[in-house]
Amino acid sequence: MSSPAPKSPDQSDKSKKYDRQLRLWGDHGQKLLESSKICLINATALGTEILKSLVLPGIGAFTIVDGDKVSEEDIGSNFFLDEAHIGMSRAQAATECLLELNPDVRGDYIDDSPDHVMSQTQDFFSSFNVVIATALPEKVVMPLSRQLWAAGIPLLVCRSIGFLGYVRLQIKEHTVIEAHPDNESPDLRLDQPWEALRTHLNQIDVSTLGTKERSHVPALTVLYYYLQRFKEKHNGSLPKARVEKDELRDMIRSSLPGDCDMLEESYEQAVKLVNVCVHATQVPSYIRTLLDDEKCTNLTVESPSFWVICAALREMVQSEGVLPVRGSLPDMAADTSSFIALQQLYIKQAQNQAESVYRRAMQISRTLGQSPDVKLFCKHASELYVLRGNCISDEYQNSCPNVSLHLEDPESLMFYYVILRGLERFISEYNTYPGQFDDQVEPDVLKLKTLIGKLLTEWGCPAAVISDDRVHEVCRYGGAELHSVSAVLAGCTAHEVIKLITHQYKPINNTFIYDAITSTSATFVL
Amino acid sequence: MSENQEVSQNRWGHLRKVLERPGPFSHPEFEPSSDILDFIMSTCKVLVIGAGGLGCELIKDLALMGFKQLHVIDMDIIELSNLNRQFLFRHKDIGLSKAEVAAAFINKKVKGCQVTPHYCKIQDYDETFYKQFHIVVCGLDSIVARRWINGMLISLLNYEDNALDQTSIIPMIDGGTEGFKGHARVILPGISACIDCTLDLYPPQVTYPLCTIANTPRLPEHCIEYVKIIQWPKENPWGIAIDGDDPQHITWIYEKSLERALQFNITGVTYRLVQGVVKNIIPAVASTNAVIAAVCATEVFKLATSCCVPLNNYLVFNDVDGIYTYTFESEKKDNCLACSLIPQNLPVEDPSKMKLKDLIELFCESTSYQMKSPGLTTYINGKNKTLYISTIKSIEERTRENLTKSLIELGLQNGSEILVTDLTSPNTLTVRLKFVNNHIET
Repeated sequence: MSSPAPKSPDQSDKSKKYDRQLRLWGDHGQKLLESSKICLINATALGTEILKSLVLPGIGAFTIVDGDKVSEEDIGSNFFLDEAHIGMSRAQAATECLLELNPDVRGDYIDDSPDHVMSQTQDFFSSFNVVIATALPEKVVMPLSRQLWAAGIPLLVCRSIGFLGYVRLQIKEHTVIEAHPDNESPDLRLDQPWEALRTHLNQIDVSTLGTKERSHVPALTVLYYYLQRFKEKHNGSLPKARVEKDELRDMIRSSLPGDCDMLEESYEQAVKLVNVCVHATQVPSYIRTLLDDEKCTNLTVESPSFWVICAALREMVQSEGVLPVRGSLPDMAADTSSFIALQQLYIKQAQNQAESVYRRAMQISRTLGQSPDVKLFCKHASELYVLRGNCISDEYQNSCPNVSLHLEDPESLMFYYVILRGLERFISEYNTYPGQFDDQVEPDVLKLKTLIGKLLTEWGCPAAVISDDRVHEVCRYGGAELHSVSAVLAGCTAHEVIKLITHQYKPINNTFIYDAITSTSATFVL
Repeated sequence: MSENQEVSQNRWGHLRKVLERPGPFSHPEFEPSSDILDFIMSTCKVLVIGAGGLGCELIKDLALMGFKQLHVIDMDIIELSNLNRQFLFRHKDIGLSKAEVAAAFINKKVKGCQVTPHYCKIQDYDETFYKQFHIVVCGLDSIVARRWINGMLISLLNYEDNALDQTSIIPMIDGGTEGFKGHARVILPGISACIDCTLDLYPPQVTYPLCTIANTPRLPEHCIEYVKIIQWPKENPWGIAIDGDDPQHITWIYEKSLERALQFNITGVTYRLVQGVVKNIIPAVASTNAVIAAVCATEVFKLATSCCVPLNNYLVFNDVDGIYTYTFESEKKDNCLACSLIPQNLPVEDPSKMKLKDLIELFCESTSYQMKSPGLTTYINGKNKTLYISTIKSIEERTRENLTKSLIELGLQNGSEILVTDLTSPNTLTVRLKFVNNHIET
């Protein structure tokens, strides 16, 4: 039997290995990931599990900074350390084991304490794309956060203790082009079709179609036709209220000849599209705010391409009143040629508008170069997002953080934020975890309560709001790190790092608390 | 105390703190003691189903939470595309059994842990195997397999005078992921909602109508489906069924799909898309699997130790926009196919019009049954009669003619009981026909 021997399209081993994730963040996301450099401070179970979920998908390189030696307790919770490593540099042992996960990733380590590294080599930490710190005491977090804040390098501070977890993202400014929203309604512009679309849709008199043609006409064409009839009846205005939309739906339904007991599929779809697709096309308010941002209106030579393209987009919005069309058409019942013709109109318009934004961007900044980003940028113009955070050092020195409102809810996880802040003070003051020693649990409960009380007084909150039970629970942990709790937090944190590197998906803003006792979580802006 | 014991005491210091100290949020029955760690290390047997993205994480998580008596079952072998998340496997392991490689890795890495691999299907074992476990935790990507193990654990329940014997309950923890979304749930068979109670949570798989694929393709997916469903069986280039893992097959489909797309002016057929459609690929990343598996492992730890109250009973996770979790109690369905003791009644409008194939279609399409290839038998005048079974060739041929007969023609009556077997359960389901317009009753 002769077998056909088709030439195989070039599929590298790398693209096969990363196939399942490339379907999510694309080759362009992967490229950013592969050129990233990540620093981990302290190879705790939490720290190595975070790196694991970054090494596997293929970051460029990592560096572990840790001056500790591997202890017996480490091997009980940390998968990347075993008995043979006891007494060895924890940074070295973890680096070697993590590198086994992916030959495409480079890794090195510094067997020295992070505060020493910081004082010895100025700007050491500023050479990374993201810095992650685990189990780092407050007195080191403070200067590190100030240094990275000034350098504009994102910092993630994480802690896992008993059944509790904490992740804090510090980032000055982060821009997202592809937010990948879960439910996105189609962008069809039926209220203000551009000329080519209008001409195309007006050519078809839906009311005169025969049975066969009716089954070929796209839902969009049907909807547009009856929308025009509706507007004629209502002085050119669109249906807004529910009754008006019902009227439009009835117009579509009743348009079929009496002998039809079933709606054609495209008519049925047209009825369904009324709710999501018939509305006045507007620039969403958050995009307006973004386009009026100072970064967009006052460009400098250092402005990143995101803001240059935003400025170009702003000009386009000022002249046309709308964002560029997304350029995609949802599938709908129709024959091939009618659907493709319609789809081509949307693609063409998106191309034209992207070219126009690109020309404007080139006029604004000659240095932009042949940036392929503009097309992607325009396609996602309605999901652009900017996150501006604050410095952890400022948060910790703030005498009036945004907590008291949350403390009115007895179930709020904000209680654990307050307790964890108290825990950090405990560690600074006593150089151990509360409850670390079996015979000190009860005295430590009192000490921790006092510290928390002081914090709350500083913040102007009543000290009584923190229940003894919660304080007691944290002292029960005695600094224990439970592997499965760390692994939950680590998975979450690793994905936050991926978001920061790829500029896809929206990161947390800015403090994430996980409570494994109740399997609940919450995010607070602090 | 010997040196070795001392190491082990210190090694498990983290766990000992939460197991040997009282806590205000622990389970009411929790009594802190060193016996608990002994129990999870030497007695408690946990079965991990699946050694893939979730399974690798689960075994590691459980091993580091002190569990030593672990079993893992998986019928698959390691592929290159697993390596971006299934961290117990290396390039050199491609082609080997997932269960065996995963078990060997953990046994070497985590001293004292004894993982027993089972390189087979879950259906290859019967209740004597499943009965030995204290807890079952699933990291599966198949609904059919989830339902099967769910049915198995339900069949192990003992009822005495309608009262459930609590010692016969084997808790099942189920995790699942898709891209950046996932879920974890705790099922106490017979007590809380089971997989079949919440079948409506699973969305039906996207399928394209055949007439669209054949006559009016609009999307690249339509072109690929055409080649897969119509062109492959017709031209059958290698004389065998499509193997999604054979690059030659995928390339053939890719090229034919491209031709068809060109003919219809459709853009967007890529090799990656062809693979995705042919193999029904679900995107997956390391981070989501890590999160969901760790939530499941934490629940195993809570159930085994009572150091905390377990999740009641369902958690959903999504980290596309920030990090979102939502915990709720999914409800037990009163007349659940799998876990209720209530006989299933099936209303039939017109038994002289309803053909056997309509009945089979109903078992497959209805959200509350969602079966795959049900086999139907019944009793007529006290005698066993096979109505239709598709999975055994000789019986299929012999019973095929029944498909076009009406229920009346088959001799079925109001109240007749139909025994249904399917891939989705190890148990036989009894369905009683209820003729709604009951004028034909004899």
